Amino acid sequence: MSENNKPRRDFIKLASMTLGGVGAASLVVPFISTMQPGKDALALASTEIDLSPIPEGQSLTVIWRGKPVFIKHRMTDEIQSAKEINLDDLIDIQDDSARVLQDKWLVVLGVCTHLGCVPLGQKTTDNKGDFGGWFCPCHGSHYDTSGRIRKGPAPKNLEVPPYVFLTDNRIKIG
Amino acid sequence: MRIFSLFILTILLNLNFAGAAGSKIDIPKYDWSWKGFFGTYDRSAAQRGLKVYKEVCSGCHSMNLIAYRNLADLGFSEQQIKAIASDSLVEDGPNEDGDMFEREAIPSDRFANPYPNDNAARAANNGAYPPDLSLIVKARPKGADYIHSLLLGYKDTPTDFKVPEGMWYNKYMEGHLIAMPAPLMDGAIEYDDGTEPTLEQLSSDVTTFLAWAAEPSLEHRKRLGIKVLLFLIALFILTYISKEKIWRDIKH
Amino acid sequence: MSSNDLHGYKKTLSSPYSGVKGWIDSRLPLIRMMEAEYLKFPVPKSLNYFWSFGGIAMFCLIGLILSGIFLGMHYKPSAEDAFNSVERIMRDVQFGWLVRYLHMNLASFFFIAVYIHIFRALYFGSYKAPRELVFIFGMLMFLLMMGTAFLGYTLPWGQMSYWGATVITNLFSAIPVVGDAILLTLLGDFTVSDATVNRFYVLHWLLAFAIVGLVVFHVITLHMTGSNNPSGMEPQNWDETLSFHPYMTIKDTKAMVLFFIVVAFVLFFFPNIMGHSDNYIRANSMVTPAHIVPEWYFLPFYAILRAIPDKLGGVLAMFGSIAVLFILPWLDTSKVRSCLYRPIWRICVLLFALDFFILMYMGAKPASDIYVLISRIGTAYWFLFFLVLAPLVGYLETPRQPLTISNFLRDKKALT
Repeated sequence: MSENNKPRRDFIKLASMTLGGVGAASLVVPFISTMQPGKDALALASTEIDLSPIPEGQSLTVIWRGKPVFIKHRMTDEIQSAKEINLDDLIDIQDDSARVLQDKWLVVLGVCTHLGCVPLGQKTTDNKGDFGGWFCPCHGSHYDTSGRIRKGPAPKNLEVPPYVFLTDNRIKIG
Repeated sequence: MRIFSLFILTILLNLNFAGAAGSKIDIPKYDWSWKGFFGTYDRSAAQRGLKVYKEVCSGCHSMNLIAYRNLADLGFSEQQIKAIASDSLVEDGPNEDGDMFEREAIPSDRFANPYPNDNAARAANNGAYPPDLSLIVKARPKGADYIHSLLLGYKDTPTDFKVPEGMWYNKYMEGHLIAMPAPLMDGAIEYDDGTEPTLEQLSSDVTTFLAWAAEPSLEHRKRLGIKVLLFLIALFILTYISKEKIWRDIKH
Repeated sequence: MSSNDLHGYKKTLSSPYSGVKGWIDSRLPLIRMMEAEYLKFPVPKSLNYFWSFGGIAMFCLIGLILSGIFLGMHYKPSAEDAFNSVERIMRDVQFGWLVRYLHMNLASFFFIAVYIHIFRALYFGSYKAPRELVFIFGMLMFLLMMGTAFLGYTLPWGQMSYWGATVITNLFSAIPVVGDAILLTLLGDFTVSDATVNRFYVLHWLLAFAIVGLVVFHVITLHMTGSNNPSGMEPQNWDETLSFHPYMTIKDTKAMVLFFIVVAFVLFFFPNIMGHSDNYIRANSMVTPAHIVPEWYFLPFYAILRAIPDKLGGVLAMFGSIAVLFILPWLDTSKVRSCLYRPIWRICVLLFALDFFILMYMGAKPASDIYVLISRIGTAYWFLFFLVLAPLVGYLETPRQPLTISNFLRDKKALT
């Protein structure tokens, strides 16, 4: 057992174990990556919608990332009622202008913020609740023409997903 | 003893059992850009190949495992991909009336099928089903060499070979009879980059495209492979030295 | 009974360690077990690299289980979706191609490692007393491996998957009287179909974990006897042994890294070389491939199957060829273990290895005259080797005097 070779042997041992450890650890990366959303799911991460077929006063439902999105072509009186309110009357205080990019288009997730049901109000024949927007039949939450919660157990306004206008008549959600 | 094991391994890696079942037709070998340790797909050839597929092959052959968004791999921009996709119609639905309808394809769609189902494909092609081309390069022994040879193999029908109605002679097809008429010829399509569309060029380009379509991860795989092998060789050298050091004082 | 006896009426916790280590170890004696079995465990000094393949096989098994689990998160076991789900793994799942190719190639490498491992057992007499049970658990694992591999190969639902499954499951109808009923129950339908692939997926997982369980018994029985070694002579004193750690741990690590290099080379540059291109064609019950060929590791047994002209006879020969391995410890009558000291048996064993490769090559050929003839000769030798040569050669041959481990190490030239 030569003493002066001991430090060198320890270095080799340390180097091998480190390199081996690095190798083993980096093996984890591809395996865990397989659990990430696949490229087909990521391709559906955003969706483009043509707004031109939606007449004034009507609403379109699209699916984005597996959830319904309400796209409402608001009429002048609906825009007015959304803007002319006392903010203190709101359960979740948010000004209408903070919720839209263009006044005549409202884009919100069609998922009730209480327990996740899909509120009624997309069809003209639907019950729109007391505030002219949407009504959730599960536990009676009422949303207004800006998608804000006004009455009922839901704690928050309908979520506004990230979206941009590609042209005046085309939006990209996500 | 280690030599023995390596010998066994060499035998196993060299015996190609898939081909051992006896194809007596010699397929010529070509020099493809993606062969070898550092091979990559020739992007311009693959882009030209896409055009060949779209304008010639897609009339009968589907490629239903490829999505338009995959074309980004070949250097197409998002705009170009949207344009290529919108040239095709795909089925969607049912709509609110319960009807299926057609719409322009978008990048997340898979390549549109030329026929609504397999039976329609057979009916339109004398009972022969034009196979899906997504994996064709991996689904044939000798892969790209075979596909390219086949496409060029319609020349020189021997005078004494009887070719039945509805079939054509092909030098490289097993049995020398194929149900597909020669799909390519000089000048069959025009290339956007001005390359001369000879039969050889068309065939080589579409083969490159099909090779990419069958194995899009090839370049990532080879790049990663080089890194992994270098890492493992370094690790082997260290383990080798470690072992010698630890065993140095043992009589063995 | 001492108060330390675990089976006495009074149980006192004790451990050779102190602190937290001692607290855990006195309640769950794994730490002392690991130290005894994998650190201090004495191993003959004369082992060569053939002895590293057990560990290599274990690595392959772990790799297969891990890659299998991650593939399982994406694979869909239905006739309609299976093929597409595998292609989705290859194209859309992040690094899916890597995990799939790893699983596919490790299966082949598992067989390579195990075949070399078994060859070592045959050549150096590791199957002989007192290691009979080690060998038998090994053979059980080999059977399960073949089952797992067969089931796994059907899952991608390519042409070879479908038709290989059809051919092999049809063998069950060879069983007289109950054969057809068994086949129907196995398949869950009149042909290999959706019902079949679904249950094959479950059984594939089951058998794979059964192998893991058997590994435990294989190692326990091995540790009761200690490892064999090239001289075939048991260690006579401590000087003829080495502690498992660090000597075998570093040696096996070195062998494993070299093995990883070979695996990486194939995986990253020739991932389809051991496969069959027909399996990249979606399964089609109306179109039979020109040549139905199983994966390479089954070829010798496939050759034996086809060598016998009778259907039931072929099945019996195929299973019989593996059954004889189970009784080898009792068929071989020699008192000497290692082929290094058994000149006649050594030739027989090497011929057997050659026979294995010849049968493998024949298994890939179409069943025409010359190939069937060679397969028959090969099959005949296989059974001759076990049933005639093993007992006779042991009795008739004059072995050389095996060297003790110390002498073996001193004078390796005394081998041949």
